[in-house]
Order: sequence, then structure tokens, then C-alpha cells
Amino acid sequence: MSQAPDLPLWAALLVSLLVVAGAGVAFLGSLGLVRLRSFYSRVHAPSLGATLGAGCILIASMICFSVLRSRPMVHELLISLFVTITTPVTLMLLARAALYRDHAEGRTNVPPLPKRRPEGAGPGEGTT
Amino acid sequence: MNRILTRILPHPKLFLALLAMWLLMNQSVSPGQILFGALVAFGGAWSMVALQPEPVRLRRPRAMITLAWRVFLDVFSSNFAVARIILRGRDGDRNAGFMTVQLDMTSHYGLAVLSIILTCTPGTLWVNYTSSTGTLLLHVLDLVDEEEWTRLIKERYERLLMEIFE
Repeated sequence: MSQAPDLPLWAALLVSLLVVAGAGVAFLGSLGLVRLRSFYSRVHAPSLGATLGAGCILIASMICFSVLRSRPMVHELLISLFVTITTPVTLMLLARAALYRDHAEGRTNVPPLPKRRPEGAGPGEGTT
Repeated sequence: MNRILTRILPHPKLFLALLAMWLLMNQSVSPGQILFGALVAFGGAWSMVALQPEPVRLRRPRAMITLAWRVFLDVFSSNFAVARIILRGRDGDRNAGFMTVQLDMTSHYGLAVLSIILTCTPGTLWVNYTSSTGTLLLHVLDLVDEEEWTRLIKERYERLLMEIFE
């Protein structure tokens, strides 16, 4: 952080605004984990931090280091790409595990799981 | 010519993508980094052969740009929508529920992209897809009008994805 004083005022303002906004959005997402009632609703909350929250902070990082090193620094794009394609995998796994558990416990307020076709009945019924 | 190229370099697009990723990560385009990145990308492209992926056919770059822009706008606006639901209080998710959508798309790549789009967008969550019937089960945080969500998925995303992948 020793480089921070070198940042011109406009950049410092923009960067701090974006960082605070991103942190705020991520915080709201975490708050959702506490406030929403059902498990399936709570799975939606972390995606706030993973999209807009992470986006704001990564843009702030791009602006900050591009200004400090006076050349474009865009490798944060890779972070956003990887976060975008990996977060859904986790969330989908969680939701499907929850659905499976609810079925195993015999709850009726969840939609039915698709029936698996018997072995040898054509190509496997892949579920994505 | 093309066949010779794919015998030496099996997945040229993947090779270029991996090379670009390597150079971006190292933030340099010096000859050494290009050489090293090319080696890594070469290994990556060849290890992909062992996985035997279905060939991808990407078409309509304009549809891709439209789709990317739509997703960007929707992710942005649904962030605010979900934030509002969270701030509404303990009863905020009273409209949450499951719904099913009948998809016409069969391309695996298209479905994978759609699942990422839907799950990444706060407020919608891809739960299950049954390929024999083409039924998608998803969980929606603000399920007031099921028709509207169906229209959003089918017209806003699925049509473009089918143009790109099928």
C-alpha cells in the first residue's frame, strides 16, 4: 500500500468508490445467507459477491495498477473469467445435493427428481 | 492443409486461448514467454485429445456479442433485484420457488453456457436438466410470473445460443 499516495486524486476517488461498492455488494450477498429462509434461496446470495461485487473490485484493481504502472493491466479479466465459470459449478452442486437430500428425507415441498431410465435403455440419460 | 495442422496441433483454438491466458498471466509478450506459453498450450491441446470432446462449431460472432451484452445487463440489474429482496427482511424470499422450462436446445455446449448464465445471474439457479425430455428445473428467487421467466430464458438466451451452437 506504500504506493497509494502516488495515485492521482481522480483515480484514488474512483478506485475507492469501486472498492467500497464491491465490498458492499459482497456484504449484501453474505447478509442474504443469514436472512433468506430456505436453503435454495440462500444459494442465490453468494452470486452477488461473485458477479457485481467481484466485478467492481477487479475494475478498481485494473484502474489502480494501470495508473500506477502507466500501462494497461488487464490480467484481472482472467480472474473474472475463472470466477464466472467456476462459481456456478459449486452452486449447482449444492442445490442438487440439497434436492437429493430432501428427497431422501421424504419432503414433499420439492419438485420430483427425474426418474432414471433402466440400464440399457438407449444412451444414458445424462443430467446436466 | 487443415488436416496436417490438426495432426500436429489438435485443438488450434484451445491452443491460442491457452497461449493468450499464459501471456496475460505473465503480462509480457517477450519471446521467452511466448515460447514457454506455446509449450504449455501445446501440452494442453494434446491432453484435450485424450478427453475426446465433441467438436464445437461456433457461428455468428454478432450473436455472441449480443448475448454477452444481454448477460452483462441482466447480471447487473438482477444484482439490484436480489439485493432488494435480501434487504426486504426475513420474509424477503416469500416468492421463491421451483419452475420448469421446456428447452429446445440439445447442444451440450449451448446447455453448458446457459447453465453458467442462469446460475451466475443472481436470482436464478439451474438445478437439473433431463436430456431425454429436455426439461430444465430451476429455482427462482422472485417467482411472481412464471411466464415471464420462461419467456426470458427462451427468447432472450436460448434463441441466441441455438444460433451460435446449432
